[in-house]
Amino acid sequence: MSATITLATARRIGGQLRNDRRTVALLVLVPTLIMILLYYVIDNELVFAQWAPVLLSIFPFLVMFLVTSIATLRERTSGTLERLMASPLAQLDLLLGYGLAFGAAAVLQVALALTVSLTWLGLDLRGELWALVLVALLNSLLGTALGLFCSAFARSEFQAVQFMPLVMFPQLLLGGIIVPRDQMATVLEWISNVLPMSYSLEAMKLAVVSGDLGFDFWRDIAVVAGSVVLALILGAATLRRRTP
Amino acid sequence: MMSFEEPAIAVTGLRVVRGAREVLHGLSFEVPKGQITGLLGPSGCGKTTLIRAIVGVQIVAGGEVSVLGRPAGSPELRRLIGYSTQNPAIYRDLSVLENLRYFAAVLGAPKTDPARVLAEVGLEGAAHQLGGTLSGGQLSRASLAVSLLGSPRLLTLDEPTVGLDPVLRKELWELFQGLADRGVTILVSSHVMDEAARCQRLVILRDGDILADDSPAGLRARTDTVDLEQAFLRLIEERQAA
Repeated sequence: MSATITLATARRIGGQLRNDRRTVALLVLVPTLIMILLYYVIDNELVFAQWAPVLLSIFPFLVMFLVTSIATLRERTSGTLERLMASPLAQLDLLLGYGLAFGAAAVLQVALALTVSLTWLGLDLRGELWALVLVALLNSLLGTALGLFCSAFARSEFQAVQFMPLVMFPQLLLGGIIVPRDQMATVLEWISNVLPMSYSLEAMKLAVVSGDLGFDFWRDIAVVAGSVVLALILGAATLRRRTP
Repeated sequence: MMSFEEPAIAVTGLRVVRGAREVLHGLSFEVPKGQITGLLGPSGCGKTTLIRAIVGVQIVAGGEVSVLGRPAGSPELRRLIGYSTQNPAIYRDLSVLENLRYFAAVLGAPKTDPARVLAEVGLEGAAHQLGGTLSGGQLSRASLAVSLLGSPRLLTLDEPTVGLDPVLRKELWELFQGLADRGVTILVSSHVMDEAARCQRLVILRDGDILADDSPAGLRARTDTVDLEQAFLRLIEERQAA
């Protein structure tokens, strides 16, 4: 592992994004536009204040998952991954490079959505701003790490995008947004207990709605951070120097 | 030539299985240092697999591959081998220069290297063009340029001259010869027989076996032909008769 190579990799991925203006525009604008749409659909400040943090949790995860799984799949199919695996670059250099570059994109994405929500849409943030940004950033890293891992099981871009609903929907349905987790059937609650998004959604609610940054918040943060590390290790295991 | 020196590449009993099929059936040969060795044979004969095994990115079923005195795939070799794949492995959404700068940083090559290799492959005019907008020949030259970064002791080039015009091909072969004169070992694969004459040594592969391992002159003498294409056919006839 080398800091120089990790940073060069992050810069390279940032450059690829910069050369693709439309992707950057979609990446940054879409969450904000949907936030605005949500505001007018709900048309109730109190209910909006409950849904806004959910969206702020989901978007960084969703977008980074998609972008990373397609980007790494391209590295695999274009031969650039093989070139890198024959070079001094360590697997972790590549993973952290992706994490840094897409993490920065996620910060931009959340910053805009948040600014618009807090000003124009009048979202009442009871909690701490940094706590919200921390959760959003962890979610984007989780999306990046899981996207990397899942891309190893996709042979084509068609397959890669199909992993998105597979990874996303169970976590949303079991994450306590629609039905509180303690009211689910026992088996479902167990499953919900091992899905990282359950914790990030709870942490986001704690940070934004109640502003209660006590033990529960930090436990949630620890669980999500642990899941990011686990997913990165799994992702690293799929990057092999030697292939069949 | 210089038999007292250890070879750049030593392959013994190399077997590679891909899927259910054995692609290389126990190959043994050596590549001398500081020369251009041509790896020739028809498409699908195992050239790419063999190059991948030498670079250390291929899972092998048996045998040994030693490169510059170390087992293939050793971490110390990653800075010493320049590797150009058959499909141009560069980022299509980065410019040629951005690609070169990135790979130079990964290799720890000097900051002046991207400009040097651009000139060597004659791509200065396309430095700021995105990979995706290059022509086929430009793409393969950009990919070749990446493998020239740093100071590789061994260059493994998989069909580097496909789709290039004759003038450019001649220039690239002169570049390879210049590198070889400075002591760099070059292993270049091709399915074009007329390029064979530019190599000091030829390893001819067919269906995962070595058909011949000789100098171009030796091969011509042995098969009693002037043309290497003819020599290749003669070798196959010999093999079938045996």
